[in-house]
Amino acid sequence: MKEGDIPMTRKLLGLLFAFTLVAAACGGSDDAEEAAATGDCAVGQTDGDLALYNWSEYMDPDLITAFEAEFGVSVTEDFYDSNEAMQPIVAAGGSGYDVIVPSDYMVSILIEEGSIMKLNKDAIPNLSNLASDFASGLPYDPDAEYSAPYQWGTTGIGVNLSVVGEDVPRTWGLIFDAELADQYAGQITLLNDPRETMGAALKYLGYSLNSTSEEELAEAQALVAEATERVAAYDSDQYDELVGSGQTVIGHGYSGNFLFQFLELDNPEDYTYFVPEEGGTRWIDNMAVVADAPHPCTAHTFINFLLDAENGAALTNWNLYASPNAAAEEFIDPEVLADPIVYPVDQSKLEEIADTGDFEINYSDAFNEAKG
Amino acid sequence: MIRGWTARLLGGATGLVYLFLYAPVLLLVVFSFSADRNVGRWGGFTLEWYREFGANENVQSALAISLQVAIVSTLVATVLGTLAALALERFRFRGKKVFDALLYLPIIIPDVTMAVMMLLFFTWSLDLVDTVTGFQLRKGIATVVVSHIAFNISFVSVVVRARLEGMDQTLEQAAADLYASRWQAFRHVTLPLILPGIVGGALLALTLSLDDVVITQFASGPGSTTLPVYVFGLIRRGVTPLINAVSVVMLAASVLLVVLSLIAQRSREPGRATTE
Repeated sequence: MKEGDIPMTRKLLGLLFAFTLVAAACGGSDDAEEAAATGDCAVGQTDGDLALYNWSEYMDPDLITAFEAEFGVSVTEDFYDSNEAMQPIVAAGGSGYDVIVPSDYMVSILIEEGSIMKLNKDAIPNLSNLASDFASGLPYDPDAEYSAPYQWGTTGIGVNLSVVGEDVPRTWGLIFDAELADQYAGQITLLNDPRETMGAALKYLGYSLNSTSEEELAEAQALVAEATERVAAYDSDQYDELVGSGQTVIGHGYSGNFLFQFLELDNPEDYTYFVPEEGGTRWIDNMAVVADAPHPCTAHTFINFLLDAENGAALTNWNLYASPNAAAEEFIDPEVLADPIVYPVDQSKLEEIADTGDFEINYSDAFNEAKG
Repeated sequence: MIRGWTARLLGGATGLVYLFLYAPVLLLVVFSFSADRNVGRWGGFTLEWYREFGANENVQSALAISLQVAIVSTLVATVLGTLAALALERFRFRGKKVFDALLYLPIIIPDVTMAVMMLLFFTWSLDLVDTVTGFQLRKGIATVVVSHIAFNISFVSVVVRARLEGMDQTLEQAAADLYASRWQAFRHVTLPLILPGIVGGALLALTLSLDDVVITQFASGPGSTTLPVYVFGLIRRGVTPLINAVSVVMLAASVLLVVLSLIAQRSREPGRATTE
């Protein structure tokens, strides 16, 4: 049990809250001013060097070089390791960054506190390259006014095939069904994340992972509580290594992490990752322009550049995450495109985690009670 | 005095302490040469990670920024910290107690709090400079340096003060008796005596600056990702021995620094003997 994670999360939430207040108190007037200034950007226009704030190892350096050469600006890239590390810095204002890459739920937080600006869609014609389910209607930014998808992935199960067998049923039952899961007791990990883990149980029960029904959540809580006896740890950091090193057999976690873990092994064919047939989470990282970005036009041009078909493909070929760019598919390495770990075969039952507002606390409570 | 089983017990405890302290370091070094991408699994000897360390541009530029920040912030913090220590030990002035207490603050408060203070301070002050003078200043390496100076002053002054406390004040009075000016007394008597403290404080400052993640992250702007911040981000993609290689290089550099400072202090000893 990783009890230590809870205070840390609380601390971060506390920080987040403090910054939301600060941002609300002192950020207001500047935002409106800057937003007005962006209307002037033309396609391909630049207004200075770009400052990009991104996750580590998420951007192909060749793409940066190509952008610099094409538009005659230089790009500075800085790195963060979590949404929560990036948010306060951007929210405080004056960060100096132009483009950031927040995950889905963080986009809605940033919109709410006014930390990112509305995109000038006229300056980003390549938005038309996006696949239809990414172009609009995403729960965190319904009209796609503030963000453009960057890459996406899923949350599912990574397994050691040499233990569970090639024809293992691809279901959340491997964790939640006593008959299937008891044989792996003590060799299962679940994510230490209320929304992901309660969401997995909800999916297994056939409900939406954004359910706001107290009865459904109570059912899911009972399932997770029962699974706790089989679980070796609630862990969000090392689940992939644990499966890869044989310490666990079944791990609940993110697609990309499992893929990279398995690629590093001598016997990658003994492992696989799948989204269970009941469905799972689809997470999406997005590009957004900081409200007080010093170079909003270069920022728009950069987003347009990455949404180009060939550049979008280069990105996926480099970081091995799925691309939201439909036009890019013909340039993506066929092997990557056919890899079910990167592109799940059945995407119809994937759901994005949406902000449930006041119901969020029910998720945390149910999760903490279930963990015991 | 200590005989038989007591000696053996103490010896065993000492051994355990050293094992506990150095076994992880040893493992870190060993696995930096492992060919297996998975940290903790030996896959044969390789220098691949050191080659990657040398070839990875992001790591290189992060290292360069780290060194820049560490060296500049250490130099400034050492001078200011030493001056603060001298003021507090040698003079009486109004508000001394308050100043004394305030100086300890950066040591006591948690990193996260300090980081938030820095973030707010820079955001507000750069904004203020912008409105008053029209100069558009941005956060970056300079703000990281300032934040490191801010916490390092305290650490340097604490170390230097400890040295000053242990120093015999009559030596300075003797120098004054022999017609040394205040500056001469400081230059030829006080400074050589407290130098080991200053060097120790500077080394501590250098280490803390090279180490810091939280405060750096909050004080930084475009183009100021330091090595620890970058390495911390890399872990998201799983720990590869590249991180070990980076750590070993930094470890070797710190060991070298310590050895150099020991040599420097030893060479001063005869001089000190004559003043004593």
